[in-house]
Amino acid sequence: MTLKMLPKEVVSDWTELILSDYRLIAPQRVQDRYTFREIDSANQIELDYGTTILPPKKVLLPTHEDLIHFNVAENLVEPVLEDFPVVILGVHTCDMHAISMLDAVFNQDPVDQHYLSRRRNTTLVSIECLSPCSEHSFCKDMGTLSVPEEFDLHLTDLGSTYAVYIGSEKGKKLLDGFNYMLEPTSEDHNLINRVMSKKWSSFPYRLDADVTELPSLMTLGFRSSLWDELGERCLGCGSCTIVCPTCYCFDVRDEVEFSLTTGERARVWDSCQLNQFASVAGGHDFRPKQSDRQRHRFLRKYKYQSIAPGLVGCVGCGRCAESCLVDITPVGVLNQLFRRHSAARKIRQEVLIQ
Amino acid sequence: MSAQLYDTLQTKSIYLPTQAQIQDVRPLTELEKLFTIALPDGLSLNHKPGQFVQVSILGMGEAPISISSSPSRSNGTLEVCIRRVGDLTNAIHRLEPGDPIGLRGPFGHGFPVERMHGKDILFAPGGLGLAPLRSLINQVLDERTNFGRVIILYGARNPAELLFTDELQEWDERQDVELHVAVDHADENWSGNTGVITTLFPKIQVTAPNTVAITCGPPVMYRFVLMELLGLGIRDGNIWLSLERRMKCGVGKCGHCQINNVYVCQEGPSFSYAQIKRLEEAL
Repeated sequence: MTLKMLPKEVVSDWTELILSDYRLIAPQRVQDRYTFREIDSANQIELDYGTTILPPKKVLLPTHEDLIHFNVAENLVEPVLEDFPVVILGVHTCDMHAISMLDAVFNQDPVDQHYLSRRRNTTLVSIECLSPCSEHSFCKDMGTLSVPEEFDLHLTDLGSTYAVYIGSEKGKKLLDGFNYMLEPTSEDHNLINRVMSKKWSSFPYRLDADVTELPSLMTLGFRSSLWDELGERCLGCGSCTIVCPTCYCFDVRDEVEFSLTTGERARVWDSCQLNQFASVAGGHDFRPKQSDRQRHRFLRKYKYQSIAPGLVGCVGCGRCAESCLVDITPVGVLNQLFRRHSAARKIRQEVLIQ
Repeated sequence: MSAQLYDTLQTKSIYLPTQAQIQDVRPLTELEKLFTIALPDGLSLNHKPGQFVQVSILGMGEAPISISSSPSRSNGTLEVCIRRVGDLTNAIHRLEPGDPIGLRGPFGHGFPVERMHGKDILFAPGGLGLAPLRSLINQVLDERTNFGRVIILYGARNPAELLFTDELQEWDERQDVELHVAVDHADENWSGNTGVITTLFPKIQVTAPNTVAITCGPPVMYRFVLMELLGLGIRDGNIWLSLERRMKCGVGKCGHCQINNVYVCQEGPSFSYAQIKRLEEAL
């Protein structure tokens, strides 16, 4: 893989060059938090940032997006596909893994052209995480602390320079015409090795169970009283799913302009934690209790969305824990379930021995 | 072979409805109407009984509706039986012949008709559940020689809520159909059976190993009808039902219809009892 060196003093020149051809989305500081926003000047960018309030999924799957435009009077429908080139700069590796999962969902037949059109026109510049970004993150447990192969460019902060790995043609194109990139020296290679070997020990393991055990833990814990306890506490606000980088459930609704002739059929984020999510026209609710909804959320993340051993529907970013008003955290829930189940297993073993 | 109404490999958008036209509107009850929809020239639905379409009015929204017409009787048209319960379905009820209506689909898996060949068929629809089963009933009747006995047990809340009364009459007069109808609450003109649908089961005898049962109705009905069907000795894999869920996309993305890891819009809405008996939250 091609490696180039980007001196920090020319980062702003580089981003100005990007801005002439792309919409550029990057982390910005807003009061004491960070958020992915469209930027118009290089000095707004914060590449050394804690976790953002919302993940970069909001760029690929906007909170509100027109799917079709229609004209009632003329009975016309027209699909809306966005194809303006976008660069998302400074994506943490957990969020990169989440984007891979979203890609898989919307690429699955029948493919969702609205997501894919935007995705095809998006260039992802990820950044190596060198220290924990949040007290709630558990990316090391979830195996998302290394960048997946979908990156276009990948940056590693070496102090006065960034190491830039080029992962794709799209990434290479982002450096076209930018003449300040340097070739790596042997000293650069040594520095990268030092930084990377120091990185791993600064991240804690926080789960009692291994990620490969989580799907079966969910199966065993299906009837756990823990879900009722969560249901008692949960306010059903949906924050956990809104901030989740791998949640993609949506509602589709029609909106009409004041003229009553034109309008759009729009996709908006929805949440399985909201009480209308699984109810049908006659009024029957197929997941009537908040405990059912919490269980569905956890099983979806750690079992249903597991597509390969060690690959589940959660990337360990910790945003849901950060946003929860009643302190429901995935680390807490998974460890509780694991301890309760291990205790039950131990008792069974003792009974068997006797 | 005419072109498909809806090509899932289309490059434009899976959410783009085809604009079709209302051809006929037939009131069935106070709340339900049967709409005949004409597809644009040269298009065909090619559906299977048990599949559904997404029906929409621009500006009002979209809803999943089961197809009520048999493939054997669909000549560039389809029929949907719609109960008015919300804004969209009330708007659909105001439509007249010639008005445009949006369609996507057909979606999901229907009932495996070919696998029912040679078998006795027991239909047990309750209430609006007759709407999707009518598609299969009429296909079975149009290919009558492919099947053994045809038994229909139909339950409704009261005589005024009985759907497709002209067809019920027709089925009742046929020698090769055994029809039993019950209403929960009779009125002064009702001379038939009174009671819930399960009170009809003692009226029939079946050869269990050779019987396929298909049921559709409100969630509360399934528990009791399933007990009756299993009590008759019909195999889990020979009991078919259709599951209702909230749906927004119809293409396995929006998450609303999920039962555990199963997207009802993709793997269903028609399931055998064997498929879902261990699926938590299904029934």
